[in-house]
Amino acid sequence: MRDLAIETSGLVKTFGENRAVDGLDLTVPAGTVYGVLGPNGAGKTTAVKMLATLLRPDGGEARVFGHDVLREPDAVRSRVSLTGQYASVDEEMTGMENLVLLGRLLGHRKPAARDRAMALLEAFGLTEAAGRQVKTYSGGMRRRLDIAASILNTPDLLFLDEPTTGLDPRSRNQVWDIVRIVVAHGTTVLLTTQYLDEADRLAGRIAVIDHGRVIAEGTPGELKSSVGSGSVHVRLRDAAQRPEAERVLARELNTQVHPEADPVALTARIPGEDADAGAERASRALAALAASGIVVDDFSLGQPSLDEAFLALTDRALTDKEMEETAA
Amino acid sequence: MSATTTETGPSFVPAAETLGAVLAPGARPPRPSALSASLTFGWRAMLKIKHVPEQLFDVTAFPIMMTLMFTYLFGGALAGSPTEYLQFLLPGIMVTSVVMITMYTGVEVNKDIEKGVFDRFRTLPIWRPSTMVGYLLGDAFRYTMAATVILVVGLVLGFRPQGGVAGVVAAIALLVAFSFAFSWIWTMFGLLLRSEKSVMGISMLVLFPLTFLSNVYVDPRTMPGWLQAFVGVNPISHLVTAARSLMAGSPDTGEITWVLACGAVSIVVFGALTMRLYNRK
Repeated sequence: MRDLAIETSGLVKTFGENRAVDGLDLTVPAGTVYGVLGPNGAGKTTAVKMLATLLRPDGGEARVFGHDVLREPDAVRSRVSLTGQYASVDEEMTGMENLVLLGRLLGHRKPAARDRAMALLEAFGLTEAAGRQVKTYSGGMRRRLDIAASILNTPDLLFLDEPTTGLDPRSRNQVWDIVRIVVAHGTTVLLTTQYLDEADRLAGRIAVIDHGRVIAEGTPGELKSSVGSGSVHVRLRDAAQRPEAERVLARELNTQVHPEADPVALTARIPGEDADAGAERASRALAALAASGIVVDDFSLGQPSLDEAFLALTDRALTDKEMEETAA
Repeated sequence: MSATTTETGPSFVPAAETLGAVLAPGARPPRPSALSASLTFGWRAMLKIKHVPEQLFDVTAFPIMMTLMFTYLFGGALAGSPTEYLQFLLPGIMVTSVVMITMYTGVEVNKDIEKGVFDRFRTLPIWRPSTMVGYLLGDAFRYTMAATVILVVGLVLGFRPQGGVAGVVAAIALLVAFSFAFSWIWTMFGLLLRSEKSVMGISMLVLFPLTFLSNVYVDPRTMPGWLQAFVGVNPISHLVTAARSLMAGSPDTGEITWVLACGAVSIVVFGALTMRLYNRK
């Protein structure tokens, strides 16, 4: 099992009544970016904390590079780094002091720690801010320092817990570029995110988790195609015709139609696996709208975005659960 | 990287070459020793003092206030004159002030533990207690400072210790060592309690009786029997007696041993509880 970075089975963590992680099974191959995608409260951070030896699991097993997180925490710690959701750097200290402190704690002698800190600050574009307290940094700079601290001793596995939450688009792009470079140099990255876009761009495989469980797993492409062939977006000329258009579309596509915030727009997901069949249904729906005298300004058929896939998957999981509960 | 890179950041573009160079896996140094890790965390505590020197207010102004207040409040009534009383009071007021300051350890730990940087420390392959020992090393510096401030104020007001420099230094060393050991109670509460305020509340509840129901201010012989019994077992009384004996130049080895043993027990018991909480947090 040398090429697995992470392997968990039936991992459980409860906080009182709340089962934050509820039987999590993950298999993360080494050398890739693995995305863990889920809404707030899905159990992403709790799962990462258990894998990084910060929290003790209440049940199940977790191995990092073959080392059990409970029995061999130091072996795990020597191979991983964590960039937490809230900056894992000391706000009151300067960027330089943060990195030197960490270098010393990783066993470097003072001159070596200082050299390493300077090289990292340079590589992350923080040289000029080196002597300033971190609390004066912008969100993007802070995040860069955080990642620099995480790769001080190039780790075999890097946990990035929602690395771009709260960052502006430019800083987010910088983080993405950094992640790509880090992975290209052989570090495995476990990335949690609530942005599908981010998982889509960076991750080779994605696990979608909700209520502490994996509800879908696969490549971004597989996840998208698993939820249907796409969706139609319709814009009407007259908002008054929307309820009628909604009825027609629901009937023709045999699916739920979502009115958008824009009073003339409607969206519907086309059920079914086959893209060709989906396109045919869509054109029938357009004809039916015209036949009912509804004026359509814009009609488009799109591949499902990962966002739609995500919503479909979490909805489906919810429905399954409700059915289970009714059956029980 | 070009010289035009500004410190505002947005112009930064991660470059594969420069980043690649720092990512090239160098030889990993062996993990630091327990002592080295603890000293590094001690250095962190000192850096914090450097960046926020205002926090030294409580180890300077507070002790000065305590010394002046009690010397002039009780001096005339209890010993005939403030200067007379000071010869008796100073070792005790020094112990009181420093022991009171130990509670800030718990407050600091409580504030810090919620920050993300602690998660990073806890994922490092280092000797686990070093984070806490680091705090206490920083605090030991603060204790020494407070003790020195009080000594200087005392000397100005007319305190003349018979034990000379050696006796005074030994007394301060004993006090700082005891406070270091005693502070593990606060690291425990700092990890156990949810807010700074509750840490403060508990600290006051423990420290006020411990410092006032002792032999710091008056001779316990005038107290009722039950109170004398408490004062007799109160570790602060023993510490004060030991410090007085050292400053007076006639070290009381029995009391000194008692104080050191008490400190050792505190480290073992509260150190273990602290680390248990730290690992479970």
